[in-house]
Amino acid sequence: MTPIAIRVKNIGKEYRLGQLMNTYRTLRESITERVRNNKQGIEIDSTIPNSIWALRNVTFDVNQGQVLGVVGRNGAGKSTLLKILSRVTEPSEGSAEIHGRIGSLLEVGTGFHPELTGRENIFLNGAILGMRKTEIESKFDEIVDFAEVEQFIDTPVKRYSSGMYLRLAFAVAAHLEPEILIVDEVLAVGDAEFQRKCLGKMSDVAKQGRTVMFVSHNMSAILRLTEETLVIDHGQLLLRAPSQEAVDFYLSRGLTQEGQRRWLADEIPAKSAPFKPVAIRLLDKKGKVIDTVRSTEESFIEFEYSLAKAVKGLRVGIYLITARGEFVFTSFDTDDEESFIALSQRNSGNYISRVRIPANLLNGGRFVAGVNASSYRIKTYFHDEQALAFNVDVSGAPGTQWPEPRMGPIRPALKWEIKTLDHAN
Amino acid sequence: MQKSLDTRVTLIKPSFGWAALNLRDLWVYRELILFMTWRDLKVRYKQTLLGASWAVLQPFLTMVVFSIFFGNLAKVPSDGVPYPIFSYTALIPWTLFSKALHDASHSLVSNRHMITKIYFPRMILPLASVLAGVVDFLIAFVVLIAMMIFYGMAPTSNIWTLPLFLILALITAAGVGLWLSALNVLYRDINYVLPFLTQFWMFLTPIAYPSSMVPQKFQVLYALNPMTGVVEGFRWALLGSGQAPGLQTLISALVAVILLVTGLVYFRRTERQFADMV
Repeated sequence: MTPIAIRVKNIGKEYRLGQLMNTYRTLRESITERVRNNKQGIEIDSTIPNSIWALRNVTFDVNQGQVLGVVGRNGAGKSTLLKILSRVTEPSEGSAEIHGRIGSLLEVGTGFHPELTGRENIFLNGAILGMRKTEIESKFDEIVDFAEVEQFIDTPVKRYSSGMYLRLAFAVAAHLEPEILIVDEVLAVGDAEFQRKCLGKMSDVAKQGRTVMFVSHNMSAILRLTEETLVIDHGQLLLRAPSQEAVDFYLSRGLTQEGQRRWLADEIPAKSAPFKPVAIRLLDKKGKVIDTVRSTEESFIEFEYSLAKAVKGLRVGIYLITARGEFVFTSFDTDDEESFIALSQRNSGNYISRVRIPANLLNGGRFVAGVNASSYRIKTYFHDEQALAFNVDVSGAPGTQWPEPRMGPIRPALKWEIKTLDHAN
Repeated sequence: MQKSLDTRVTLIKPSFGWAALNLRDLWVYRELILFMTWRDLKVRYKQTLLGASWAVLQPFLTMVVFSIFFGNLAKVPSDGVPYPIFSYTALIPWTLFSKALHDASHSLVSNRHMITKIYFPRMILPLASVLAGVVDFLIAFVVLIAMMIFYGMAPTSNIWTLPLFLILALITAAGVGLWLSALNVLYRDINYVLPFLTQFWMFLTPIAYPSSMVPQKFQVLYALNPMTGVVEGFRWALLGSGQAPGLQTLISALVAVILLVTGLVYFRRTERQFADMV
């Protein structure tokens, strides 16, 4: 039996709503609260929930050397879980055992000070991450190499470009050698090159037999790095499965009915007002709600929403994303000049924005449609990158006479011209 | 690394009521205390015109003002020592103390990005703020030596006890600093309380006047302020003025230790909420 690295038993974290809304109390509030409690007994408002559980009844083990992914929507409780495991915050119930030195990377560059030089920040950040001075000294050259900042090592980091800053910050963290590494969405920042480098380093770490817990919204990173993945939603652990299965499960969640997703009141953030999403549907050419479209036929994605009052410059659009997390395209309903001018303001009322997905566009496989409602440079009212998952079936598409899978997210029917050139016998 | 390869088990569970002080953790992270102290020092006088001279200017200018108003105009007695040196000797440990209080009480809030992102013993932040003041103290102390030479005064043979009084000041500052930093996370009232607290505390400490001016029957009460013990000790060890350490110093030391221990306990008790509240 492989030894256990992390054992989590019935972990739960409760936040008082007051803690989420006002970050701090004043002394007066605290005193008056106390007086009130004394006068009226302990329970004041039992009808209004004054706390929420960000995480509840989560139990799982991680074996030594295992690389475990964690996926979930924003606010599902992933970060709370990582914060508890890295001892940033305490659980409200349950327990966890960590066997071995733990390194957590909830952010890169924690404690970096803009006035200090690259060299000084390496030492400071290393110490914050739990490295000894001698350890940092022995890895110093490697860190500088990895970050590619040799020339600027004695320059204050406030003069660094954001790319250099990130590279340096990640380099320090990457050279921490804990037995257990906890990483939260570090790769969401930085350019493609930086992300590629980080992923490479992460997979090196995994290959060295260290235990890794990795939270990401990037499904291809999850699939590439992890064997098993936890799916967390509304503070609950829904599934633990081999990563491919878990990712499929995660992407297809949120469907109350196949081919359609309706937003419940508690899923709509308060800040989206006056915009209110109602539903997103996938329709075939006859207008029937479906969950699998044929690549050879046109289909429609419609987004139903309402506006409580008139909104200027609103644009409503969709993203199409592959099951591996790569974007296929983004399109807004006022992309063309004419409707952009005609719809400079949308009055209050109920709306449907429907887009036609032409035939012979998508390759077979699983896709996710996301939605976005925003006024350019003013406000993003609502945004859900994982609104609706659906399948595309390629039967009958050009090239299916060869049953091999085709690379790439799209499979357009393209015109080829074939010329016979004169043979030079 | 090799050392930590032992399968150390960390148990994470909710804690209730009194938490263990867990000073071992502080020892494991001792290098970080020095790094944070060094960071505070490095950053402190960045983008200032006068840089580290501020460490001297603050107590020095206060001394000038005190000498004019209390020494010359109000003719406050100074135990037979020139008034400027009398007040400056008290002002340098006092500046160390009041600055430590100020920096420590803001240390958690101003480092909230660290507290919400990574684990380390939170005590490091206020403790490093207190330690960083020692460097300023040493710079200001050099000026005191120059002043003593100027006035032709030699230190007494009791000068070896000076570090002990410095430690007493640091213990007091650390104790109060722990209290204030933890309270400040929960109640931002501390921002408003602190200037008054520092001002009142200064008048309760024999800085502008000798403690011999305080009536005999209040002397024990007066000694409950550990900074009285510190300031009296400084004058006694350096200038040979005032009272030799005795019962009052002992009371001061006892109160300082009580402040430190209760500060540690209160800090540990509230620490678990820091990441959620800061």
